[in-house]
Amino acid sequence: MSEQQYKMIHCWINGCERSAMIDVRASLTDMLRNDYRLTSVKKGCEVGECGACNVIIDGECFNSCIYLAVWAEGKHITTLEGLMGPNGELSDIQQAFVDETAIQCGFCSPGFILTAEEILERGKIYTDDELRKLLSGHLCRCTGYENILRAVKKTMYARNGKKMPKEQ
Amino acid sequence: MYDIKALYEAKSVEDAVRLLTDHPDAQIIAGGSDVLVQIRSGKRAGKELVSIYGLDEMRGVKMEEDGTIRIGSLTSFSHITQDPLIQKHINVLGEAVDMVGGPQIRAIGTIGGNTCNGVTSADSASTLFALDAIIEITGPNGVRTEPISSFYLSAGKVDLAHNEVQTAILIPKKSYSGYKGHYIKYGMRNAMEIATTGCSVNVRLSGDKKTIKDVRIAYGVAGPIPMRAHTAEKAAAGQPVCAETVDRFAAAVLEDVKPRDSWRAAKDFRLHLCTTMAKRALIEAIKKCGGEVL
Repeated sequence: MSEQQYKMIHCWINGCERSAMIDVRASLTDMLRNDYRLTSVKKGCEVGECGACNVIIDGECFNSCIYLAVWAEGKHITTLEGLMGPNGELSDIQQAFVDETAIQCGFCSPGFILTAEEILERGKIYTDDELRKLLSGHLCRCTGYENILRAVKKTMYARNGKKMPKEQ
Repeated sequence: MYDIKALYEAKSVEDAVRLLTDHPDAQIIAGGSDVLVQIRSGKRAGKELVSIYGLDEMRGVKMEEDGTIRIGSLTSFSHITQDPLIQKHINVLGEAVDMVGGPQIRAIGTIGGNTCNGVTSADSASTLFALDAIIEITGPNGVRTEPISSFYLSAGKVDLAHNEVQTAILIPKKSYSGYKGHYIKYGMRNAMEIATTGCSVNVRLSGDKKTIKDVRIAYGVAGPIPMRAHTAEKAAAGQPVCAETVDRFAAAVLEDVKPRDSWRAAKDFRLHLCTTMAKRALIEAIKKCGGEVL
């Protein structure tokens, strides 16, 4: 690049209004990690396949590694840090991941939890097959996925005030 | 950081056309799920980019006065699947694009990008062929339209000049009114997969559901570009809804398809897929029309 190109970006990150001068070559992962130290946004494959960099933008999940930071202009972005309570408390879905041992190394967890949050926000009850499809944009090399599925399912029933059916 | 020489953000479609004219080496970028990955791999590294991602005027699904369904080229796969007009009139397209990649890819990937890539495996392409979709292209001399069958030129190449932008995909009323469709994607796994072969069928039955009035079938990865199987369509049109018609239809697709060996699958396997998918997709589409194959 012969001449560095920068742009002023204005957006909302975890509910706070933010402005930053960013390099136009930056991905949203770069911006969130380097400019705001939101290190829950993981650098995994960096080609949109593993889901470790997943964030919620205007209510929908995106892989921030294949999202140019300049596109964040005017957007509302949620990272895992945004789910934290005022005194650092875990949210229900995070606690469910702990309780169900849906975390081992933890690298995929922030991305998975944000996709789970998007699913839970819809306030619907999904079947196991539907949940598997909705969670399919994430790779986990530790858990074998079953515990993750159970954590999401448990929280989905709890938030809808319904009893989770017994597993076969 | 991406290896990008410069980034130009278009403010409007006209601005995009002007930027592309001014920068003859620039690459257009919509959602970027292909372009950014290709930059990362080095294939498109060091290029200038013209971003059209911010052009909300190119988003959304609308019905025009004459019943044509207009899909803005930047509409994401997930928004197409969720759209009430799509669900009501051309649900098969919503189902087909719901099989692209994974959820986050469907949030960023656009139907315009999927077709402008010119790849035969695009999940939207076979259904758009089976719907006789019209491609709307805006260039320096205004707007022109092109049937999707002539938009695809060869593998990876579409009828789009450097300073032209695909602005919408149009589905004429006569293509969807009275028709129901079904799409089958065959892949080695259920998510984050590129189709080994894809097959989309649209069918219209007679009032008593006993006769096939019209059928359209299209494939992805049955040749270098998505294609229709016209011989099979002719073999089934006007025929009674029965197992023999379905079998004759499925056998006739072999007259049209010409898949090849690739590292994903062998030619013989793809030929087998083509006939099996034709049969299954037609049976499902007939069911959706309220008919039954006895």
